[in-house]
Amino acid sequence: MPGYVLEVEHLKTYYYTYKGIVKAVDDVSFKLKEGESLGIAGESGCGKSTLAYSLLKLVPPPGRIAGGRIVIDGVDVTRMSEAEVRSKVRWKKISMVFQGAMNALNPVYTVGYQLAEPLMYHKGYSKKEALEEAKKYLQLVGLSPEVINRYPHELSGGMKQRVVIAMALILQPKIVIADEPTTALDVVVQAQILNLLKKLQKELGISIILITHDLSIIAELADKVAIMYAGKIVEFGPLEKVFLEPQHPYTQALLRSIPRLRGEKSKLEWIPGTPPDLRNPPLGCRFAPRCRFAMDICRREPPPEIQLAPDHRVLCWLYAKR
Amino acid sequence: MSLQEKLPPRDEVLREFQKKIGGNMLLLAYKLKKWFPIRRSIKEVLLRKPPRYVRAVDGITFYIREGETFCLVGESGCGKTTTGRTLIRLLDPTGGYVFYKARPETLKLLKETLGEKVYISGDYIDLTTVPAKKFKPLRKELQIIFQDPYGSLNPRFKIKDILEEPLLVHGIGGSAEEREKRVLKALEDVKLTPADEFAYRYPHMLSGGQRQRVVVARAVILNPRFVVADEPVSMLDVSIRAEILELMMELKRRYGLTYLFITHDLAVARYICDRIAVMYLGTIVEIADSDTIVENPLHPYTRALIAAVPEPDPSLRHRFKDVPIKGEIPSAAAIPPGCRFHPRCVALDQHPELRSLCTSEQPELIEYEKDHWVACWLYQKK
Ligand SMILES: Nc1ncnc2c1ncn2[C@@H]1O[C@H](COP(=O)(O)OP(=O)(O)OP(=O)(O)O)[C@@H](O)[C@H]1O
Ligand SMILES: Nc1ncnc2c1ncn2[C@@H]1O[C@H](COP(=O)(O)OP(=O)(O)OP(=O)(O)O)[C@@H](O)[C@H]1O
Ligand code: SF4
Ligand SMILES: [Mg+2]
Ligand SMILES: [Mg+2]
Repeated sequence: MPGYVLEVEHLKTYYYTYKGIVKAVDDVSFKLKEGESLGIAGESGCGKSTLAYSLLKLVPPPGRIAGGRIVIDGVDVTRMSEAEVRSKVRWKKISMVFQGAMNALNPVYTVGYQLAEPLMYHKGYSKKEALEEAKKYLQLVGLSPEVINRYPHELSGGMKQRVVIAMALILQPKIVIADEPTTALDVVVQAQILNLLKKLQKELGISIILITHDLSIIAELADKVAIMYAGKIVEFGPLEKVFLEPQHPYTQALLRSIPRLRGEKSKLEWIPGTPPDLRNPPLGCRFAPRCRFAMDICRREPPPEIQLAPDHRVLCWLYAKR
Repeated sequence: MSLQEKLPPRDEVLREFQKKIGGNMLLLAYKLKKWFPIRRSIKEVLLRKPPRYVRAVDGITFYIREGETFCLVGESGCGKTTTGRTLIRLLDPTGGYVFYKARPETLKLLKETLGEKVYISGDYIDLTTVPAKKFKPLRKELQIIFQDPYGSLNPRFKIKDILEEPLLVHGIGGSAEEREKRVLKALEDVKLTPADEFAYRYPHMLSGGQRQRVVVARAVILNPRFVVADEPVSMLDVSIRAEILELMMELKRRYGLTYLFITHDLAVARYICDRIAVMYLGTIVEIADSDTIVENPLHPYTRALIAAVPEPDPSLRHRFKDVPIKGEIPSAAAIPPGCRFHPRCVALDQHPELRSLCTSEQPELIEYEKDHWVACWLYQKK
């Protein structure tokens, strides 16, 4: 029985701005078993990237983890000093492909150098050893080893994204977070990158946390799904359940808004209104102003977390016993 | 490769297509080209090397019927935006014709002011023959919704001023009062109500979806006939895209608009377009009605595109997607000879007998089945 590779409990990550506190991640909990992959979906600004930064303990100022616990591979990282996180956890146990990272590769260094550097720094490899290892990782992500001598501007978008994925893998972490890894890519390249992630998942047994606003992409890869809305996980469960029997009104509406390429052309729906300002979210359920089922209590009090099945839960008054 | 290709006479081309399509043809692009010159290095200039070009749009032919929503789809850089802008003369074409069925009063006005200089035949005018400085009367009829809703609204202007500007430019609406009435009406058309409240907001006080509705309002306030909508929903969250699409369709019905809808998202195209044209590296490789493109694609490239689209269906999980395509998209400055798709074509591997043809000659776009056009040697009767 594999244990949990990641446990997040009541995590709160806030940005302390002059204009108020942005509650970007507000009481988020979930667990992930070893080798299991998670998809996190939700609209722009709902806190997906902030959640990811928190897991790496890389929340940019004025943001800060304001509460809760993050346990990675059995170790509580919330209590660790930055030095400890850097030497034991970040990149080694959990790594990340940042949103837009492929455009943030350092233009003055070769791909080989950028891959080899962490090996020399963290593992004490010689330059030659590190470059050999870098070649192996390039092959793993489907690139020719000859790419080590190239500069980022000599690569296509898809190739750069593969390099960035190789960088996230090179210290052999158990969890790799991929934040919108295919958003800027054309659909053919996107399919190829998703194939790569599927292969890595299978061959290396890593847990992938895939963050995207595109539910179709999550359906291709994830075992579990977290639907985020305005800083909270409103539904969490196995992929099949969440996609085929969505329970939260937000999840239901979101799934009905996706145009599908195949099958019946049902009428597209949309969610009226916009997500709330996270500095000043509604008193009750944060989705209430846009929810077609909203009741009085929804506008007054935050909804309880309801466990629908051992592995499926929602944050919604509709399911509370009254 | 000459810049100015010899084209058949306009009368002949127009007649042929009119016969084929009939009177409801609103627009016909014929062998339309837009090449951008590449800056030459000093060495190239000194050695008198011939100028080089990015062949962004390279001889494309298609027609759009009145009231139709016609889609251009394809990967980034294939020339969709350039096509849209060249059609309505926001860019000057390098070659080809664009016949457009203008409103009678516009035609009359242009005939009077320009006389023999422009090509006018029956209801049609060749937009490529209108001098840039004399294009204004046509501008009212030909509008565009730009790709980037954030960049396309001036942050210092109130919504009212943004919408009033085109009216002022075209001297429409007479008095300030009448203009205001029109602005409010346009805001109501795009459901930004109460209109008199939204009119006095600045763009930053609107959500992404609301901003995009202002962009739509600005395109329709002049009562156009033809609107190029360049990725109008790509920057918006999925949850509100359908709202803008629905709105555009409603305006189309109400005002009898015709759209050229540009998108890289085939699923969106299928929902709102009547016909879809697939572009690859500056050419159109296939045109058919939306359902046919999705269910019965002919061109090897279209097949790859369709296969690559992700599906929100959990049963596909962990299965590798077989996308029948090789290699990567070449740059528009270095287009492969013959069929420009041949280096990536999987079908070609299965048909070695076509190799010499595919690698040396560009296949024409032909009507393979009724209303189903394809440019591929697999389908040419030789
Ligand atoms: N540095 C910051 N200072 C203040 N607020 C911030 C900062 N970074 C993010 N936020 C706010 O925190 C919220 C969550 O942002 P985050 O980037 O995590 O969202 P996201 O779900 O990743 O969105 P997207 O899909 O657009 O990438 C947003 O409301 C955002 O405006
Ligand atoms: N003003 C210009 N000067 C030089 N080259 C240009 C110019 N505009 C576009 N191009 C080139 O022409 C080709 C087609 O560009 P275009 O913007 O039409 O593509 P697109 O299909 O709209 O792409 P996207 O989906 O990214 O918007 C590209 O190779 C582009 O780099
Ligand atoms: S013309 Fe030849 S190379 Fe081009 S798509 Fe058809 S079979 Fe492939
Ligand atoms: Mg993000
Ligand atoms: Mg474009």
